[in-house]
Amino acid sequence: MHIVVCIKQVPSAIAVKVDAATQALTCTGSDYLINPFDENALEAALALKDSLKAKVTVLTVGSAQTAEVLREALGRGADAAQLLSDAAFEGSDAWATSKILAAAVQKLGDVNLVICGKQTFDGDTAQVGPGIAEFLGWPCVAFVRKIESDGASLKLERIYEEGFEKLTLALPAVLTVGKEINTPRMASLKGRMAAKKAQLAPVTAAALGLAPETVGAKGSRTRLARMAPVPRKSGGIKVDGSDPAVAAKLVVDKLREMKLV
Amino acid sequence: MAVNYGLTEQQIEIQNAMREFAKERVIPVRAELDEKEEFPHALLQELGKMDLMGLYIPSELSGFGGGSLDFCLAIEELSRICIGVSVSYAANALGSYPILLFGNDAQLKKYMPPIAKGEKYCAFGLTEANAGSDAGGIQTTAVLKGDKYILNGTKQWITNGGEADTYTVIAITDRNKGARGASAFIVEKGMPGFSFGKKEKKLGIRCSATRELVFQDCEVPKENILAREGMGFIVAMKTLDTSRPGIAAQGVGLAQGAVDEAVTYARTREQFGKPIIANQAVQHMLANMATQTEAARAITYAAARTIDAGEKDVSKISAMSKLFATDVSMAVTTDAVQILGGYGYMREYPVEKMMRDAKILQIYEGTNQIQRNVIGAALIKEYASMK
Repeated sequence: MHIVVCIKQVPSAIAVKVDAATQALTCTGSDYLINPFDENALEAALALKDSLKAKVTVLTVGSAQTAEVLREALGRGADAAQLLSDAAFEGSDAWATSKILAAAVQKLGDVNLVICGKQTFDGDTAQVGPGIAEFLGWPCVAFVRKIESDGASLKLERIYEEGFEKLTLALPAVLTVGKEINTPRMASLKGRMAAKKAQLAPVTAAALGLAPETVGAKGSRTRLARMAPVPRKSGGIKVDGSDPAVAAKLVVDKLREMKLV
Repeated sequence: MAVNYGLTEQQIEIQNAMREFAKERVIPVRAELDEKEEFPHALLQELGKMDLMGLYIPSELSGFGGGSLDFCLAIEELSRICIGVSVSYAANALGSYPILLFGNDAQLKKYMPPIAKGEKYCAFGLTEANAGSDAGGIQTTAVLKGDKYILNGTKQWITNGGEADTYTVIAITDRNKGARGASAFIVEKGMPGFSFGKKEKKLGIRCSATRELVFQDCEVPKENILAREGMGFIVAMKTLDTSRPGIAAQGVGLAQGAVDEAVTYARTREQFGKPIIANQAVQHMLANMATQTEAARAITYAAARTIDAGEKDVSKISAMSKLFATDVSMAVTTDAVQILGGYGYMREYPVEKMMRDAKILQIYEGTNQIQRNVIGAALIKEYASMK
């Protein structure tokens, strides 16, 4: 079985600041990490590798600096990594990113399973996993909390708001996972040392057979109009609770006044 | 910024690996492990998968092939967060050194790979009720009968006792020969006549396991003797010479952990309208703590590098590093509690545990008084040989 894991480098929460003038996110320093849910996706793939002897390839779309997360993934036990990097990829939205990743999966040729984190820590769209499935024409199961496989098919548990669903699925397929599924392992020392030496030449749009205008900002279907921090919550209204009957009446009156009941 | 000790790329990677492990895996559980006195089995298992259990073991025996400094760096980073966990980790090396230093091919191949992979733990059995600093008081005996040695006696306060599968044990084979009457043996958990006493309740390093090893007509195959009969004390002394920088590294890491906590607290705690670090009295305490810690680190790395250079007699520098770094860790952790004041005394903050934990470093693997004896004896020998 050949499993692809798609990972994204995201800024660690501490390093992110909102620029007061432009309202854009500024990410300073070298404080980047693998998107947390992508770590779960990688662990899910490595666990399958442990039990089935699968091959695990990690993909990321980004710049040369993004290679660090690929090295981290290699250190943990991924067999191969590809840095999908091209000036034409810049400004890709979830649509275009999915297209690039799907093209890379197709190019690999023998992939049976793609696992993604359910969403990213910065963009938070949760669209890339299902997007890849759409471009590949493969079934997609999102929010998976358990994966079992005999190598030919999958037995899954998918999370719902009020429970979970058991599914069986034929390969190939795309899955997205969250933190419920596992605890990611840490890189071994031998893995770290080997990953430091890994050659990670960028895989370009041309190599993936993608026309430059179909990806990046030009190929994106969404435009970012404006970004702003969530307004802080104001103080609210405090009700004196010393007499429950009086307090309850005050609350109900207030709710009526606001036409909420 | 940090002092440049000329570490290799690999050594920096070892530091990073253990630092990340300690931060992500040990910080969240250290208070609970201490409170429940629970052996850190899951943590050691993970260290095995990360190649860190076999760090000091040659690669042909499934280890990582690192040296003394490599191992000290790993112990230091783990000790910065919890020396209860780090002693459970490092005691594997203490138990393994007799085999690594004196084991024959068959012994090395049989016992070291599972220890290197973290599948089995190891422990060293020297101390007895009446044989602590004076190893000459050992009562445990080993008598050769046919193809087996029969061991009788009790070892006390053995770190990793009960948890380990492989034990290196010192016993008397010929009482009439004095120091040359002791021998070292590899004893496996499950060998007939080998059992364990109760788990000790301790002041600090509470998550580590400390038990008696009880030998009642314990049958150990003849081929499990290390080196040969009569080499027991030499095995023990060489083992301790090799392992002591590891205890020094525990002291360095623990002191650094206390400095980390004290500076962080002093920067944020406000009294009289300003952070307490603005007070010269506090700054000077922190300056002394940081300076002592750095000096301890320097002597520890020097001892480890002396061992890595293959020097034959490392007793003096090894004892110096253990003595200095562990005295520093006791002083620095005590000052850290002082800087945190009332909060420092509460279990809610980690420094009270650090102070409790520190005390053992001045006691185990040779009390700091014994270290001074070792250094003194080395001085006498050194100056007597001068002309």
